[in-house]
Formats: sequence, structure tokens, C-alpha cells
Amino acid sequence: MDGTGNAEPAGLGATQETTPSSTPLKRDNIEQQDFVNPTINIIQSLSRRTSVSGLSAISREGTPPPLPPRPKTLTFLGSRPSTSHSMAPPTRPRMVSTATTQISYTDTQVYNDESIEESASSSTSRTKNYFGLNISRNASDMDDSVSVKSFAPTLGGVGDAESMLGEVLGDHEKSLLKSLGHRFSDKESESLFLPNPELEDAFEHEFDEVEDMKADGSNEEAVMLQWRAKLKHFLILSSAGKPIYSRHGDDQLITNYIGVVQTIISFYQGANDVLRSFTAGDVRFVVMTKGPLNLVAITRLPESNAQLRAQLDALYMQILSTLTLPSMERMFANRASYDLRRPLQGTETLLSALADGFTRGSPSTLLSAIECLKLRKSYRHTINTTFLKTRSENLLYGLIVASGKLVSVVRPKKHSLHPGDLHLIFNMLFEAGSVKAGGGENWIPLCLPGFNNTGYLYMYVSFLDLENPTEQIQERPRSREAEGDEVAILLISASKEGFFELRGMRGDLVEQLQKNGSIDRIRTAVKQGRPSCTDIVPGSPLRHFLYKSRGNVQFTMPGFDAYFKSPIERRRLMDLYHQLHAHLHTKPTHLKILHETCTMNISLAWSTPLFELYAVAPNSTSRAALAQAANKIIQWVRKEEERVFIIGGAVF
Amino acid sequence: MADSGATAQPKPSSSVKLVLLGEAAVGKSSLVMRFVNNDFQENKEPTIGAAFLTQKCNLPTRTIKFEIWDTAGQERFASLAPMYYRNAQAALVVYDITKPSSLIKAQHWVAELQRQASPGIVIALVGNKYDLASPSSGDSAEDADAAPAAEGENPEEEEGADARRVPTKTAKAYADEESLLFFETSAKTGMNVAEVFTAIANAIPETSLKGPRGVGGQTNLGRQEDNRVNLVGGRTEGPKEGCAC
Ligand SMILES: Nc1nc2c(ncn2[C@@H]2O[C@H](COP(=O)(O)OP(=O)(O)OP(=O)(O)O)[C@@H](O)[C@H]2O)c(=O)[nH]1
Ligand SMILES: [Mg+2]
Repeated sequence: MDGTGNAEPAGLGATQETTPSSTPLKRDNIEQQDFVNPTINIIQSLSRRTSVSGLSAISREGTPPPLPPRPKTLTFLGSRPSTSHSMAPPTRPRMVSTATTQISYTDTQVYNDESIEESASSSTSRTKNYFGLNISRNASDMDDSVSVKSFAPTLGGVGDAESMLGEVLGDHEKSLLKSLGHRFSDKESESLFLPNPELEDAFEHEFDEVEDMKADGSNEEAVMLQWRAKLKHFLILSSAGKPIYSRHGDDQLITNYIGVVQTIISFYQGANDVLRSFTAGDVRFVVMTKGPLNLVAITRLPESNAQLRAQLDALYMQILSTLTLPSMERMFANRASYDLRRPLQGTETLLSALADGFTRGSPSTLLSAIECLKLRKSYRHTINTTFLKTRSENLLYGLIVASGKLVSVVRPKKHSLHPGDLHLIFNMLFEAGSVKAGGGENWIPLCLPGFNNTGYLYMYVSFLDLENPTEQIQERPRSREAEGDEVAILLISASKEGFFELRGMRGDLVEQLQKNGSIDRIRTAVKQGRPSCTDIVPGSPLRHFLYKSRGNVQFTMPGFDAYFKSPIERRRLMDLYHQLHAHLHTKPTHLKILHETCTMNISLAWSTPLFELYAVAPNSTSRAALAQAANKIIQWVRKEEERVFIIGGAVF
Repeated sequence: MADSGATAQPKPSSSVKLVLLGEAAVGKSSLVMRFVNNDFQENKEPTIGAAFLTQKCNLPTRTIKFEIWDTAGQERFASLAPMYYRNAQAALVVYDITKPSSLIKAQHWVAELQRQASPGIVIALVGNKYDLASPSSGDSAEDADAAPAAEGENPEEEEGADARRVPTKTAKAYADEESLLFFETSAKTGMNVAEVFTAIANAIPETSLKGPRGVGGQTNLGRQEDNRVNLVGGRTEGPKEGCAC
């Protein structure tokens, strides 16, 4: 029943054709759309229907460990899968995998012609029938879209239980800026953000290690200060209160805190009330209970509960990826006080790499989507075809990845890939150093919890030397080239013994790609990097944007380098995006378009069933100009859609 | 001797499957990296799963191509080990001379190899991190093999700070008893690293040099399969199963 599908991009193509004309939105309309445009209703009706699943997902949180998803029909996320337009897998209830399933439907809305028009054009002609029309469409979409959907989840509940936090923070920030504003308003042309020395200072030392406490305790105060100065903490403890992981500080240091946190959590549990979050001063705590684990995020950055939950969810998935759910449960079933550190030994670097990614700011996690390497459609097609031709028998998924951007995917028709799983893989390969630095080829057992949290898969990894692709890389020059030039071939199989089979496939694949020129094309695309805003739209006032295609569960963005070179600038940009995102996903409103203006910048967030767009420009830009620029981006994406996104991918 | 084999004499060449085993963080990957790339990293992260590398070793009469499995030392990967050693012709069992528990772990590996690996397997016991010992330590009087500080490298100048916890004598005695090759090495300085591999190459009986390919295959690790590795469908024979399809 799953493959019903039509994975053919044809649908998409059609979509595209019909839409261009409808795109442009008159700038002046933008704001009105908030309330007037029909899509809003669509969204609302959708969210209502999903609320059921949302609810159950939520309530699960406080209860015993979700049963392992029964893999049987798991269909992942077909991100690329197919087609934005219609995809066909099974019906909702089957997609499961708890860790990753709670999504609000709105997050994963699927393409469809109607909605494109409705959202993109404010054409009023449709208003009348939207109700019936959409509902029925939605129903069918829903079936169609399951695979997409099962995707989104990772982000557990983004958009779902957003709470009011977003609002609150936003206002706070705004008033703060205003109060400071007059002093800086003349500098607006340089940075998009007001100087914030305190934040900058804290951020600069955020990733430094906290000193070890001396045996005599003489440096205790200094150590505590360092620890408290961190903008962000992640703690993981067992329900019996045993520490499992802490991003900062050693056991001795965190014991007290763990004790306090544990006490608070149990207090609420005792009261049959599950603690989810609280605020103390400018610090926000979010607690997530997953079976025998309590995961805690503590932050001084402007992030919403839902966003923090998504991050905790990713850490949880990393733990499952190491242990699998049933084996973790077994460990605790035997002994509630089990020390999970032992089986997790060596994975601290993976957890910390994830955590630091969140602290630096990760568009991929924020949007719960994946970025692809921009390539001409025909080039990608050649690569896909080559992949299919050389596919070996036990291959489950094959991926080519260039520095965290997906180049090509080959997958069975009935399984797509979960973005949360991909994020774990990318984190392991490109953020944490172990695999990359090791040289040679790797054979890595791992559980992809979005795919199936009960068992292991085996991943063959080989990094490519683009200059010399058929040679195995033995020595990977680490300093020579900028990071980011790294291309990896990943071949995933359920067969533990599959290494040499996949190694053979890798050999064939690379040889063919070399012959047909694909390696050169990948190299060129990698070198080119992300375009700048003005490459995309000459003269655009935009400094940066994020565009997420909901149907494809993918996003695209310009490079950071032009205006956001330093990590702190990037973090502040991500702060802005987090706030916009939180507003947009705050439950009761479901804003469609949102403008924010502050002393230094003007920004916009725009949500339709097809996409989410976040864009920022200097404060001197008028709303109209910003809206127009946003529209141009939409047009560009539409034109380039099959280059910036993988649509369909190679399916067997 | 460990050059990348650019010298192209048509010497007979054969491949040797070699596996590295040992407790986490003893320096297995560092030894391999020294042997293959002649490089060393101060803070190497733990290996995940296993890494496969190849390197040629030129002997006077023939060329040996090592196919090396560098396994992860962490407990949770232990159950995968048989897959890597079962067809191996040679094993390098590594411990850390500053950490007695790692020698005990090494002894367990040796025992397991003797029970389960192919009967002719050549095993070398390697005490790594020699650079952390002070020159006089280790009762080095009798360690013929562990050639005290060969050419040029002096175990890190921090004299006085002798971190050695495993006397050479102890390990050597054990190695002799079990008929293992024995070396003390430093991946950091490079001391004795190439020597280990050369000694192994020389110790492989001509007869077993044929170089069959592909470890993947028939041997059945049945019972080793424990919770760690439970593929969904249990064993891995059918092409399809196990993948939760
Ligand atoms: N001083 C010194 N340090 C070493 C030596 N060899 C390795 N190390 C260090 O010891 C640590 C562990 O080394 P690895 O090579 O990763 O150890 P491993 O045995 O591969 O560890 P796993 O992959 O987890 O099993 C790293 O920080 C190395 O830099 C050595 O000869 N001398
Ligand atoms: Mg290693």
C-alpha cells in the first residue's frame, strides 16, 4: 500500500507550470494576508485534525517509553521522495516512531496546486470554495503525504506546543532593543544587530572547557562562575537521577545541579503533573521525559520551548542511535539505577557536537529540513542513474553528501529518509571528528531511530578525494583545504557482513561518476558554495534568508559569509530566525506573514502550506521593498526548484 | 619499509589480513595512522565501528599488502569483533603501558583469538605509549625486542614523570609463554611501529600467503550475536531481511 505511489515528479512539474503566474503578491497585500487569505483557514483546519495525533504524542511524553515502532510499514520520510506532489504511502497511524513523530500537520503540508495558488497569490476568486475544497483535498493529501510527514517529526512538536514563549521573548527583545536603540541607530549600515557585549563575551567562551575543580576546592568559585556563564546547558539523567551526560562540567560540578533538577522533576511527577518548562530570570528550562530518561535544556538564548524540545529530541535520537530503544529499556528494566554512561562511552563527542551545533545555531534543526547541494537537474539525474545502475543487492540507502549537503540519494521505493536520522549521520561525519579524521573506509553499526529504533543498520563510509577520486583516501589532508570540501559516499545496509559488497559498489560508482563527468560537476558545485542574496536577486536588499519547502522537507539559503562571517553574527541571525519561527508556529495564531522591525533590521516570516520563508534586511529597507524581495526569492526558488532541492531522488 | 609501494619491482606480492584489537584509547588507530600515513594526532577521537585501511610493506623478497581492520575498543562494539578477526592472518593486540587494566583486556583478546580465530594466526602483543615511560623504567634490561629508544627519539622530555605501570618484563613473559611477538611502541614518536608490521609480515608462513579476498563470507558467528547487534530479523543471511522492510 505504500507504493501506491506516484513518485513521479511529473506532478511537481505540473505544479510548477501552473504557478508562476500566480506568484507575485502585491507588496501591499502582504499584511492583510495574515487574516484574510484562505490559506490560513486551511492551516487551521488542518491543525485541528491533527491535533489528535498531536495530543497523543504529547501525552506520551510523560508516560512510559513508547513502544518501539513496528517497522513493518514504516515509511520514512520521503523527503526527497518524491514529489512534492503526491506521494503515496500508507496512512497516518502507521508512521510512527515515537521519538520522531509528533508533528503538527501544518509543518508538513504537502504541495498541491490549489494551495499554491491560494497561498502565493492572493487571488480572491477562490475564497468561496476553499472550505469544502480544501478539506477534501486535505484528506487525500494526507494519505498521499504520509511519507513526507513522517519526516518532519523529529522536531517533536515544533509548531505544536509552542507556548507563548516566543511571544514573550520577542517582545522582550524588542523593548530591549528600543531602549538601547537611540545610542546605536546611526550604525545600522554595518551590522544587523545591536552590539550586545555581554552576549558576545559569553558566546566567545561558550565552547571553552570548564576548568577541573581542584581537589582542595580552592578554585570552586571560579569554576562555578565559568559554568554558570554558559549560555546553554544540556543535561541528561536517568529517571533514578543518575547523570548520563552534561555538555559542560564534570560530575563533581554538576552533581548538585542534577540533584536539584531531579528533585524538581520528581516533585512534579509525584503530583502527577509533568513538568515541561519553567523560567527563572532570563534562563529557560525545558524538561523532556523519554521513557527512563530525563533530558534538560537550559538556555539564555531566545529559543522557544518547542525549539528546545526539538534539540532534546535530537540528543535522544543520538542515544537511541547508539543503543536502540529495546536495549536501552532492557538495561533499565533490570536495574533502575543502571549507569548508562558505560554503554554510551565514547559517544559524548557525538552528543556534544550536536549540542554545540544547536548553540551555534542550526538552520537544519530549526526547520527540521535538509539542505542539498545545488546542481543542475540533468546533472543530478545522471548521478542518480549511476547510483541505480551500480546499486548492489543489499543496499538499503545510498547517499552522496558534500559537507553536510545532500548531493544524491538512492532508496527503496517504500522507505524514505528521516531528516532527524540524516542529521545524526551528518553530525557524526562532518561535525564530530572521529570518522573523518580516521582515514580509510569505515564500517559503522548504527541505529537510525527515525527509520527503526529497534535495530542496527551498517553504514559504509568513504570520503572522496575530489581531485583523485578513484584512489582511496588514506591520508586526508586536514589543513590543506577549507573544511567543507569534503564529499562522502555513504552506503547503508541491513547486512552486517556487507562491507566488501558495498566497498565494491563504491568502487563501481566512483569509477562511473568519474567517467561520466559527475565528479567534476560535484567538485565545481562544491567549490561554488552557496550563492549570495545578490547573486540570487541582483540588487536585493536582503542580507540572508531561509526557505523551507515543506513538501520536500528541504531548505535552501544563501551563504553566511557576506554579512555574517563571525560565529556570533551567525548566532544572532539564528536568534532572529528562532524568534520569527516561534512566532510563526505559535499555536493559536498561525500567523501567515509576520513583519518585525527593530533598530537595526527588518525581517519577515511567511508561511504557506508550501513553504516557510524567513528573510532579513537592514532597517533602512521599507516593508514594501522587503516584501518584494521576498517575492523574488520565491520566484527564484520556483525556477530553481529542481536544482536546489532533490525531488524524487533515485528510487528502486 | 612501509612506503606506499611506489617501487615497482615485480616482486611476488600477497595480501595479509590484519586486525587490531585492544581496549579503548590504547592507541590502535594511532598506530595505524603512524604506519599508513606516518602521522600522529594528539587527541584522537574514539573509533566508531571499525576502519579499513591498506598499506604495503616491502620485504626483501616480496611485497606484503596489509589489509587492516582497526576496530573500536569500546565495549559496545565487542560483539562485532569476530567478524573482523575470523579470517585474519595476523592480529595486533594492543595495550597501554600506562594502564594495567589494558594488559588484562589484551590477554582476554589473545585468549579469544586462540580459541576462535584461524589456527595459524600470527599474534603480536604491543605495549603502546612508550613515550610516556621514562627511559630507565620498565626494567628494560631484558627487553631485547622493545629496543630502548631506537634512533633519535627520546621518550618525551618530561623526566621524572614516569607513567609506566606495566613493566616490560611482565608483558614479555606473558608473550613468550603464549608465543606471541612482542613490542613496545610509541605511535607518537613512531618508535617500533614499522618494526611491528615488518615482524608480522616476516612471521606469516609462506604457505598461508595466497591472498584470498574478502573477509565477508561464510564463517558463522552465531553465538556472538548478542543484544548489541540485533538486526531486526536476527541473522543476516537473506538479502532482504533485517531491514525492517
Ligand atoms: N603519548 C602517547 N599518546 C598516544 C599514543 N598513541 C595514542 N595516543 C593517544 O591516546 C589516545 C587514544 O588513541 P587512539 O589511537 O584513538 O586509541 P584507540 O585504541 O584507537 O581507541 P578506540 O578507537 O576507542 O578503541 C589519543 O588521544 C592519542 O593521541 C602514544 O604512543 N603516545
Ligand atoms: Mg581507534
